[in-house]
Amino acid sequence: MGNPGPTHTEKTTMSNIPADLKYTASHEWIKDNGDGTATVGISEHAQEALGDLVFVELPEIGKQLAANDACAVVESVKAASDIYSPVAGEVVAANQTLEDAPETINSDAYGEGWIFKLKLADGADLDGLLDAAAYEQVLADEA
Amino acid sequence: MGFRTPLYTAHERLNAKVVPFGGWDMPLHYGSQLEEHHAVRRDAGMFDVSHMQPLDVTGTDAKAFLQYLLANDVAKLKTPGKALYSCMLNERGGVVDDLICYYLGPDRYRPVVNAATADKDIAWMKQHAEGFSISLDRRDDLAMIAVQGPNARAKADPLLPDALRSQAMELKPFFAAEAGSWLVGRTGYTGEDGFEIMLPVARVGALWQELIDAGVRPCGLGARDTLRLEAGMNLYGQDMDEDTGPLESGLGWTIAWEPAERAFIGREALEARRDAADLQAFVGLLLTGRGVLRSHQTVLVDGQPVGEITSGGFSPTLERSIGLARVRHGIGDTCAVEIRGKPVDARVVKPPFVRYGKARIEL
Repeated sequence: MGNPGPTHTEKTTMSNIPADLKYTASHEWIKDNGDGTATVGISEHAQEALGDLVFVELPEIGKQLAANDACAVVESVKAASDIYSPVAGEVVAANQTLEDAPETINSDAYGEGWIFKLKLADGADLDGLLDAAAYEQVLADEA
Repeated sequence: MGFRTPLYTAHERLNAKVVPFGGWDMPLHYGSQLEEHHAVRRDAGMFDVSHMQPLDVTGTDAKAFLQYLLANDVAKLKTPGKALYSCMLNERGGVVDDLICYYLGPDRYRPVVNAATADKDIAWMKQHAEGFSISLDRRDDLAMIAVQGPNARAKADPLLPDALRSQAMELKPFFAAEAGSWLVGRTGYTGEDGFEIMLPVARVGALWQELIDAGVRPCGLGARDTLRLEAGMNLYGQDMDEDTGPLESGLGWTIAWEPAERAFIGREALEARRDAADLQAFVGLLLTGRGVLRSHQTVLVDGQPVGEITSGGFSPTLERSIGLARVRHGIGDTCAVEIRGKPVDARVVKPPFVRYGKARIEL
């Protein structure tokens, strides 16, 4: 994800960071589904920083992505942000409900607000991503 | 760290997301920009606009000075309390700033200018005050709250000082009432009814809390921007600036051409541009395809660039994306806008998009 918006000048409250997910420094989360696929979304911190979401552009099913490819866009009342694929793979699903209800990301960033699913090129790629503690440190450094 | 208004700690207590804006640390929203937007369209919301700069122009030449300084004509202000919107132009016909000027009484005017441009504006005014017998004073002793929405006046009026209460309810649009250091105007920047209240800094914290208690929702700059965009109101620095004048920014109506003998800064430049064949049009756009309009996106007709979005965003009231754009004259009823490299269909419409809670364009 790109720049999530203007810097807080107040202290950032500690965001919700589930321990069973992996993260990127650009604020995506990715969940290993255990069947060779993984689900991708944006973190609680990212949705909070963006504000009310009003538009989501989803990736096309079947698209082959390399790690860090810009593959989706979320737009809030404030700004547009690219979503980057945390790892390489093929898009096997996209959350169509977001087209009519982008605010689902605001209300449930780690659940109903998922954005797309990937068939992983290599499951081991997930090991190279941030765990919850490392992502928490990223947020602490940004604040 | 930026400047802070007298309400800064109140914003912190309300958990505002604070962002830098024009040198000030201001609330962007207090949780949900969309809900704040709807509160103003449907009920009542309020904005801390204490970052804006009220000025007092007084003296025997106050009127003559402002007639020279502003593209609109303060001679239209015959009744004390009446206000007008004007651009302050440079010699090239570009906009130094836009402002609202209240007529307070003989030889007394109160222009209110934008926060980010205040220092520049004051320097500009002083530079052109030579030969005029006036005083120019910053009213840094004043704070300002804009209370906006269909129920805004009814909720705010009981909280005003005795001398203004009830009297404020009788105000016609674009009129203000003054009592001591308080000035209550039936003005705003949202396309809804409401008041803009100037008052002593020492009193603003109490009024803010009383308005909250009366059910007025605090709203941030985010909602202020979507509300003004729906209302088709320009934002200085985005829709017009020192290089782009009122004729190309939808503000031709604010230029007082008559009387023809009134010399004002920028007049000659505007007269030369007025009938220019290449004068661009300022239009509203409704995005009919998917996406969100943003400033600086390119407007296309038949695949060719014809202009640029100056302000764009999502309209919470219309649940569509809308924008203001400066385009080649006569582009017709439809166009496309380039969003991330792809043309997306849009319709050309006449702003405002929304007024008094209702859509003013066909969807």
